[in-house]
Amino acid sequence: MTTAPARTGYLIAAACLTIATVMLLPLAYSMLASIKPTAEAAATPPTYLPHGVSLDSYRRLWDYQEGLLTYLGNSFGTAVLTIVLTLLLTVPAAYGLARFPIPAREPIFVVLLLALIVPYQALLTPMFLMFAKIGLTNSLLGLAVLHTTIQLPFSLYILRNTFAAVPREIEEAAVMDGAGSLQILRRVFLPPTVPAVVTVTLFAFITSWNEFLGALVMMSSSAKFTLPVILATARTETSLGGTDWGMLQAGVTISIIPCVLVYLLLQRYYMAGLMSGAVK
Amino acid sequence: MQRTRSNRLTGLAYVAPALVFVLVFTVYPLGRMVWMSLHNWSLIAEPRFIGLDNFRQAFSDRQFWTSFLFTLKYTALITPVLIIGGYLLALLTAPVSRVRAFTRTVIFVPVVIGLGVSSLLWYWLFSTDFGVINRILLDLGLIDQPVLWLGVDAGTSNFAISTSVVWKVIGFGMILFVGAIQAVPAEITEASLVDGAGYWQRIGRVVLPLTMRTVLLVTLVSVIGSLLAFDQFYIMTAGQPQNETATSVFFVYLNSFPYLKLGYGAALSLILAVTILAFTIVQLVLTRRSES
Repeated sequence: MTTAPARTGYLIAAACLTIATVMLLPLAYSMLASIKPTAEAAATPPTYLPHGVSLDSYRRLWDYQEGLLTYLGNSFGTAVLTIVLTLLLTVPAAYGLARFPIPAREPIFVVLLLALIVPYQALLTPMFLMFAKIGLTNSLLGLAVLHTTIQLPFSLYILRNTFAAVPREIEEAAVMDGAGSLQILRRVFLPPTVPAVVTVTLFAFITSWNEFLGALVMMSSSAKFTLPVILATARTETSLGGTDWGMLQAGVTISIIPCVLVYLLLQRYYMAGLMSGAVK
Repeated sequence: MQRTRSNRLTGLAYVAPALVFVLVFTVYPLGRMVWMSLHNWSLIAEPRFIGLDNFRQAFSDRQFWTSFLFTLKYTALITPVLIIGGYLLALLTAPVSRVRAFTRTVIFVPVVIGLGVSSLLWYWLFSTDFGVINRILLDLGLIDQPVLWLGVDAGTSNFAISTSVVWKVIGFGMILFVGAIQAVPAEITEASLVDGAGYWQRIGRVVLPLTMRTVLLVTLVSVIGSLLAFDQFYIMTAGQPQNETATSVFFVYLNSFPYLKLGYGAALSLILAVTILAFTIVQLVLTRRSES
């Protein structure tokens, strides 16, 4: 006979596994649908499990409009540019704010965090007009600039806190050795703050890869669409006449994989970032 | 570091790129938005100063109120589910064990995928003829004929979309709650056990008050996220029926981009931004009060 605490333990485990299954079902079902043969993927009522396996949906996605590679390239390109811009702007700024006697430091910090309280969704029209004037609409760089404005406050906040926590003694020793501030940044500050830099990179990637509204508004030619935007247009306009459900789920699967991989591999950084972001 | 002039300049040089970036790409658009909101501007004609007319027009625009109230309804529907559901999931998965840690990881997976992409997935699951949700309900005998989930009735659409968003983001609150619950000192919970308190009493009297700050924080983030909802409605209903499921951001988007009413769109943006600011201030005050 099982004791009461052991029974509670089994119940909790069963509840946990049930919830985990329910959470995973939509993703698993979508992946399974993406390998159904074309006719089955469009069946009414839908089948629960695939009766056959085929890569037709992926083939149609591969050739859809400008081709899958174009859209993957746009999404990755924008994400990489966003990461580069975010790091180039926030690493030095965090260093400056954490360690130098800057005049009006607090007001400057507040201005830099402004985007935390002004949502970019509300600023989209003036940004679009400005970008149109300086040639940043319909451009990956322009979209990356927009994504950087979204990502900047969070990144700066995390980096400034980590930089401020680096012990002053090591820095002073480096100053005695005659190191310049850039050398100090590279040799003293960056090694111990690598986890924070990884966190910032990770969040910048996920923000840019997933962002929808800005990409929808900023890109005017379908050759410049990111993955979520081209999939959103594909939900109604496809060669099959109606919605190509199989191709859509192939697209969903492909969009999800990088995020899930990045999260599973770098979970520790992700959680650390979330926690330090949450206490602001 | 010494407060020398050269140190000040070096420091400023490090901060300057970010500062210039924010001034150009956040502060300037903010000022521009305020300026635009005071003008009538259709992009083709020159902007014309009209004072507060855009705001007056907004408040007497039926479609503005429909979208604003719909956004509030959506927010009111989804926030309690996210907070209570997230907290219960956190209580379930916070204690140290492998099964619980695995479950936590799985529940969090949808948080890292895009809202646009998860909306496409649920758009299909909720499809009337091709969606598995209707198939399951039919097979279980819970419905006699397929339900028209999306874009036909605002209430049904709101329910379906909220379900998809709960699936997508419930892990976010859960993770923060897990962090807060794990930070409650073990001695405190043990002391309350010795006093003979039951599990739910202990949660209500000890754990919940000590994690209130996080509850308020997650509420704020959820409310702001819901007030800014766009992707899921754009993809799953496209505002149908008759723009009844057009959220505030959707309404701003419609006026600014397809309709090119730039000044009006800016005024709507400003109203939205102020609404969000108001929620933020209320939450901050509540957080302060819960701490003192």
